[in-house]
Parts: sequence; structure tokens; C-alpha cells
Amino acid sequence: MSDKIQIQANGNGPGRKLKFNILRYNPQLAGDKPRMVTYEVEEAAGMTIFIALNEIREKQEPSLQFDFVCRAGICGSCGMVINGRPDLACRTLTAKFPSGEITLLPLPAFELIGDLSVNTGKFMRAMSERIGSWIHSSDADNRDLTILEERMDPDLADEIYELDRCVECGCCISACGTKRMRDEFLGAVGFMHVARFHMDSRDHRSDDDWYEVIGDDDGVFGCMTLLGCEDNCPKDLPHQTQIAFLRRSMVKVA
Amino acid sequence: MKSLLEERVRKSRIPARLDLIQSLSGLALGLFMWVHLILVSSILLGKDTMLAVTRLLEASFLRPDVPGGYPALVAGAALTIFVIFIVHAGLAMRKFPSNWKQFREMRSHIKMMHHTDTTQWWTQAVTGFVMFFLGSAHLIIIASNPDKIGPYLSADRFVTWGLWPMYLILLFAVEFHGAIGMYRLAVKWGVFDGKNPQQTRKRLKLAKKCITVFFISLGLASFVAYVKIGIEHRDHAGERYVPTAELHLENPSH
Ligand code: HEM
Ligand code: SF4
Ligand code: SF4
Ligand code: FES
Repeated sequence: MSDKIQIQANGNGPGRKLKFNILRYNPQLAGDKPRMVTYEVEEAAGMTIFIALNEIREKQEPSLQFDFVCRAGICGSCGMVINGRPDLACRTLTAKFPSGEITLLPLPAFELIGDLSVNTGKFMRAMSERIGSWIHSSDADNRDLTILEERMDPDLADEIYELDRCVECGCCISACGTKRMRDEFLGAVGFMHVARFHMDSRDHRSDDDWYEVIGDDDGVFGCMTLLGCEDNCPKDLPHQTQIAFLRRSMVKVA
Repeated sequence: MKSLLEERVRKSRIPARLDLIQSLSGLALGLFMWVHLILVSSILLGKDTMLAVTRLLEASFLRPDVPGGYPALVAGAALTIFVIFIVHAGLAMRKFPSNWKQFREMRSHIKMMHHTDTTQWWTQAVTGFVMFFLGSAHLIIIASNPDKIGPYLSADRFVTWGLWPMYLILLFAVEFHGAIGMYRLAVKWGVFDGKNPQQTRKRLKLAKKCITVFFISLGLASFVAYVKIGIEHRDHAGERYVPTAELHLENPSH
């Protein structure tokens, strides 16, 4: 509701013509070449990029490819480059752009499926396997399932929960100059997951173990502290502090 | 505790050390350059002050009989800095784009993002590249002419030797590179994070801006002072400055 009031107050009211410049390219289609195509959409109150894209697909261009599931910033499927910055389409209001011109590109550094749709899933799975994105417990094999799990300190649980808010949208990966240059670089979402399990008292990996995972130039020492991740994570996760923490921890065991 | 990871090959600890040395050498150079410019700017307080600073650094108080002191100290300092400089350059240059594809990716990423910290990394890379040549030249000149520093002799280097363009370029390169580098060090290692890292980062950015403006202004003022003296002294290039206090001892024959 407050969106509506704001939109009218700043003069971008319903009825404004929005111009969407969208990168169209279907790699499955033989001979298809990447090109920018412009679509016009009439702005509605509280319109998000996601709503506008649906309108384009329904009324103008049925073949337009883009991903979404939750429309609420939870599933992380709708990441794309919106006027130069990676962000979630479902959480970005068109009113944010006073010029009414919006350029959409697929997230770079991921495999392109078509148009605005990229395969973040494949990347995230490889990332999870690379860092072992699950609890590694020394007594996992001989755990007595009849005994209750130890209680976790609620403050610690809160801290873990804070980092666990990552929706694996991939924005931090596309916002990272290091990742764009170096394909093997782990990237911020990977560091965030490492930080999350590092913090978890049930995960028994020591810093020496973690060094095996991130202790090289494809890991934390490759990060050039450009902070694109910090400034473009739609979940505002604390990338800068966590990467700095991991860097210090890894130097301590070196 | 025993490692939980299956692979027992221990990862090399060298990347951690190299990252730390890269940062420490950058820190040392950054601090040195601040002190260095403040010493150089003593010319703004007059030729006598600049000469007093020069003599102090030559430890001439240990040798009251001759005015020169021990220029070898200056040569030693220049060589030490040169070693740190080369170590830093060697380590930092690992981060340069290493092929045309990486170069293009980084350029297009910077153009797409309009993100300060990313753009300033490029500034660092370019200024670093420039300093590698001009800084080396400057350090070698000083290390091989340690006794030829003073209000006139230094000013002659600007004008009669024609090195003023080198000094001007170096001034801007060092001040941009150094201030960005010091800011990056702080966020990279999280040294000042405190309770509110985002706020800290904003303050660090502001501090970086102020430091850049301050040192470039100080540097430009000193630059003008040396060039002015150099022009006035052109016809006597190579002659040493005689401090006001010692003028009466001088034979007024020339
Ligand atoms: C030969 C000349 C130089 C070259 C080629 C060079 C290059 C670089 C590069 C490419 C970086 C970024 C490293 C990264 O992204 O991890 C960097 C960082 C830095 N440079 Fe330099 N630099 C040079 C001289 C200097 C000088 C003279 C100073 C002091 C004013 C300095 C201070 C710093 C600092 C404080 C950092 C941050 C260190 C870090 O991130 O670990 N550099 N340098
Ligand atoms: S860390 Fe942030 S930007 Fe990166 S994948 Fe998770 S939610 Fe997205
Ligand atoms: S700080 Fe920069 S280089 Fe490091 S992961 Fe984030 S965006 Fe990439
Ligand atoms: S559609 Fe789920 S995050 Fe945007």
C-alpha cells in the first residue's frame, strides 16, 4: 500500500510507459544470435519487474524465457541483471527507475538456458559439493538415535539462521569481478555457506579442515575484496565481515 | 581433532602467506608514502626547513664536522623500500587479468556494474602498472644519488633534469593507489569492523576520500614549490643550497 502512495507522490504514477530492453537469445536454437529487444509496458501501481515480465510474456512475446517460483524473494529463482546490477526481479519495483527505461540481462557467470533464464541450480549444487555444505559430525556414524540431540545455544542458533537466509539466487556471483575473470573461484555464496557451517557447533570441521576447502587462490585468498557481493546480495548478508573472518581464520592456521 | 575430510593431502600454506605478505607490503608502502610526502612537503615551510629535514635524515647530527651527514642511510632506505616495492608488485600483479578474455570480462563487468569498489580496483591495477616503471625509476635515481637531495638539488631534478612529468604522474598514481589500497586493507581483513561494519565501511570510504584530497593538495603545492625553485635556480643547476644560518661562513666570491 505504501508503495502505491509513493509511486503517485513521485509522479511515476500508473499509466507511465515503461521501456524494457531485454536480451533475447536461445542457445538451443540453431543460428540464433544474442540481440536486445525493446518492449513497452504500461506501469501499474506496485508493479515489479516480475509482473511486467509476465505481462510481456502473456500479451507480447510468449517465447520469452525467465524464471520465478515464489514471487516473494524466497526461492531465489528470479535473479537477473536489472539496469546493470544483479537483483531479484520479483522484489524490484519498476517505480525504482525514474527514467522508465529498464534493461534486463541474464546473470553472467552462469550457464545460459535462454533469454533471462540461467542455470543457477547446477552451479549451486557443484558449490555445495565442493565445500561439503552439510553437517560434518565426528560421531555421525555411531549416533544413538534414541538420545535427544544436544540443545543449541539460542544465540548461536540465531546467528546461524542469519547466514542461512541465503536463497542461492546467484546475485553475489554475478556481481563479483573476480568470479567473472576466474571461473574456478568459489565465490561469495560459497564463502557464506562455509561461514555458516564453520559457525555451527554440530559441524566438527576444524580450521585445518576448512583450509583444505578454501585455502588457496580459488578460495578465500583469490577474493580481491571488490565487495560486489556485499553491495548486491538481495538478502543483505554480511559478506564483507564473513569473508574477512574466513581470511583471518585461514591465515591463522597457515 | 582428526580431520573429517577423506583426502589427507595437506594443502600448501603458501597462498595464505603470500596474501598476508601482499597486504603487509602494501601497508608498509602506504604508511611510508604518507610519511614521505609530509617530509617532501617541508619545502612549503622554506628551503631551510627542507634542508634541515634532509640533514636530519642523513643523521648529520652524528657528524657535526661536515654538513653532509651519512647519505648512505638514504641510499639504504631507498633500497629497502625498493625491495618491499618489488615484493608487493610481484604479489599484487598475480591479480591482474592474465589473458585477453579475463581483461574483457573485467572491463565489461566494470561498465555494467558502476560499482565504486570494483571500479577502484581497476584504478589500482592501472596505477600499480604505471608505478612499476616510474616508481622503480624514481627509487633507482634516489638510491644512486643519495647525496644529491636538498632544496636546490631536488628542485633541479624537477626542472633541469626534466623529471617533473614523472613526479606529477607518480603523485596521482601513488595517492589514488595508496588510499584505495589502505581502505581495501581495512575491509579485506575486517580490522575496524566493530559492531556496525556497514557504518564503519562508510566512514572508511569518507576517510579515504579526505586522505586522497589532502595528500594530492599537499603534493601539488609541494610540486609547484619545487618547480618554482627549479626555474629560478636553472642557471645555477647542480649547486647546493647554503642555509641562511651558514651564509656568513660562505666565501662570497661567485
Ligand atoms: C610496482 C608498483 C605497484 C603495483 C604493480 C601495485 C599493484 C597493486 C595491485 C594490483 C593491488 C590489488 C591487489 C589485490 O587486488 O589483491 C595492490 C594493492 C595494494 N597496493 Fe599496490 N602496487 C604497487 C605499488 C604500491 C605502492 C607504492 C603502494 C603505497 C602507496 C601500494 C599500496 C597498496 C595497498 C595498501 C594495497 C592493498 C593490499 C591488499 O589488498 O592486500 N602499492 N597493488
Ligand atoms: S549470498 Fe545473497 S546474493 Fe548470494 S546467493 Fe545467497 S542470497 Fe543470493
Ligand atoms: S568481496 Fe569481491 S572478490 Fe570477494 S567474493 Fe565478494 S565480490 Fe567477489
Ligand atoms: S521468484 Fe522467488 S525469489 Fe523471486
